[in-house]
Amino acid sequence: MTPKNESEITSPKIRTPQIKLLEQLCNACAVSGDEGEVRALVLEQVRPHADEVKLDALGNVLATRKGTARGRKRLRVMLDAHMDEVGFMLTHDEGSGIFRFDTVGGLDIRQLVGKPVWVGRDHVSGVIGAKPIHLTTAKERERSIPLDTLRIDIGPGGDPKIKVGDWATFATSFTRLGPSLRGKALDDRLGVVLLIELLKHAPPNIDLLAAFTVQEEVGLRGARVAAYAFEPDIGIALDCTPALDLPIWEDDDHTPSENTSYNTRLGAGPAIYTADRATMSDPRLIRHLVETAEELDIPYQFRQPGGGSTDAGAIQLAHTGVPSISVSVPGRYLHTAASIARLSDWQHTITLLYAALSRMTPKILAQDR
Amino acid sequence: MKSLIKKLVESTGPSGYETQVRDVIRAEVEPYADEVRVDALGNLIATKGKPSEDGKKILLAAHMDEIGIIATHVDEHGFVRFTTIGGVNPRTCVGGRVRFLNGTIGVIGHEYIKDRSRLPSIEQMYIDVGAKSRASCPVKVADTAAFERPYLELGDRLVSKAMDDRIGAAVLIETMRQLENSPHQIFYVFSVQEEVGLRGATTAAYGIDPDIGIALDVTLSGDTPKSIKMEVSLGKGPAIKVRDSGMFSDPQVVDWMVKTAEQDKLPYQLEVLEGGTTDARAIQLSRAGVPSGCISIPCRYVHAPSEMVDLNDVQNAVKLLLGLLSRPVQLD
Repeated sequence: MTPKNESEITSPKIRTPQIKLLEQLCNACAVSGDEGEVRALVLEQVRPHADEVKLDALGNVLATRKGTARGRKRLRVMLDAHMDEVGFMLTHDEGSGIFRFDTVGGLDIRQLVGKPVWVGRDHVSGVIGAKPIHLTTAKERERSIPLDTLRIDIGPGGDPKIKVGDWATFATSFTRLGPSLRGKALDDRLGVVLLIELLKHAPPNIDLLAAFTVQEEVGLRGARVAAYAFEPDIGIALDCTPALDLPIWEDDDHTPSENTSYNTRLGAGPAIYTADRATMSDPRLIRHLVETAEELDIPYQFRQPGGGSTDAGAIQLAHTGVPSISVSVPGRYLHTAASIARLSDWQHTITLLYAALSRMTPKILAQDR
Repeated sequence: MKSLIKKLVESTGPSGYETQVRDVIRAEVEPYADEVRVDALGNLIATKGKPSEDGKKILLAAHMDEIGIIATHVDEHGFVRFTTIGGVNPRTCVGGRVRFLNGTIGVIGHEYIKDRSRLPSIEQMYIDVGAKSRASCPVKVADTAAFERPYLELGDRLVSKAMDDRIGAAVLIETMRQLENSPHQIFYVFSVQEEVGLRGATTAAYGIDPDIGIALDVTLSGDTPKSIKMEVSLGKGPAIKVRDSGMFSDPQVVDWMVKTAEQDKLPYQLEVLEGGTTDARAIQLSRAGVPSGCISIPCRYVHAPSEMVDLNDVQNAVKLLLGLLSRPVQLD
């Protein structure tokens, strides 16, 4: 058995074209409910490689690529990456290019002030305005600014096409920082590229059911109907999970101590989920990923069990139940204007997934949990 | 029945890790079932009987899982940080003990808190398994554990860390043993992951597509000093659920249960539970909807490591189920 060499030869690689694709996807705007721009890029990528591509009623892209291995049963494995990102929606036109807005998905209101945004499908430039320091009182500066006093300002006269109901997101251009990647919406464009690459290089032993989903950030909505449609044997969500691995961790009284709640760490490899708010990962799938990683010397980490959720939470409940798990690329500062991830973690994630998928047989599900 | 209860409550099965409990139950039900299978999420489903003219497809559910904890970090000195699985109350953790699935036992301690009136949060607690370093700690991140406390018999009152819901499982198993004739096709579902969101029952109900659903679970009681106000007491019979915070029982199912209890001269209580819900909610909302109800075993100290039930209520719950299942039913 020479799986190590085998996987080194065929495992998809993250190289310049993949980084370019990530850049395109990160610079595209696809706030939950308005995923069209990312969807178009995804469709263009997957069409040549899939046996069947469907666009479902909610806007999910469902691409199927059947395995070519004959003679034994092929598992139907659903891989999922969400196309949407957190952002904003304009709720009231106050004239002169000034709009009230609401948040879409989980955003910390405290960090919105002063951020440039792209509004609408044409990426019209705007800013989340704030009173400048000259005009604020000391007392005002102690408090965070509530959402209902924030405005998106696209300038007087602005763009006449911008209207209430348009979406907006952070105006952050993707950049590569040496061994790291910085951009908005790395959550979950990193997963989207992984899934595109896995579809292109699908191992022959499985039927790969790729779901590029909508509306994950507002409640795993797309994945729910995608899993119902695919009715898979196994579900794996590919996502991006926060890393709070700051180098120095201080207690309340500023004494340094061991960081015990980092969620994940950058540079420590793909984060395998075991438990979050929505899913207890299937123990057989945890074992399969861990054994694969250890045999092939692929670094991995467990995401710390706790809150949060991924599309796996929706997939597992489809029909009579689907053994499910999530694997995430760790990223710092998710759900803010700019997040940071490591190229090496991204590469190791695709290596692990490819190897794990290549070894997936119905035996996995015949094991004890 | 006490020995069955003891066997069930002494096994360990935090949500998602019910294997040990499933093995115990499988051995108990195999002699009485036509078919026993484990579904994709790990529910154990024992089927008895064939569909018949005057019979229904009845789903009975008791969950195998219990609340517990999962390790999130092992520090350089070998202390295990953790988070909860299901509704664990921090109040009942301090000084408690847990048993990991690999057999390791640990005690729960917490960081020093200056203000003694404050309860430590779960984040301030840790498990001490006697290890002196990370390397020598037998617990790794993502290992799960349940609370550890020996089973206790105090006269008719039985005490365990996992009455919720092994007592429901005991009722189902005992019913299976005693039920001689039934017009119904009965699906005994021992479900997984109830404590984290009724997940097992959701997919089991979808697969079975029953005509009627009944959950067997514990409910709170209002019979202890300055307790919550609730018209349910230990020893006054099984509680027929009318409502909880997740569902209204189907009124016809409630009527059916009440009439059966009266006909068979069994004690019963009506239950309105203001906080909490059961697998019956998941069954009720399955597919196009399922008429559903719940028979509850009154239980003190639910989700604490010493949950207490009355054996008479348990036995009467079995009798009530036998009454329900042995005759035809027409819900209109």
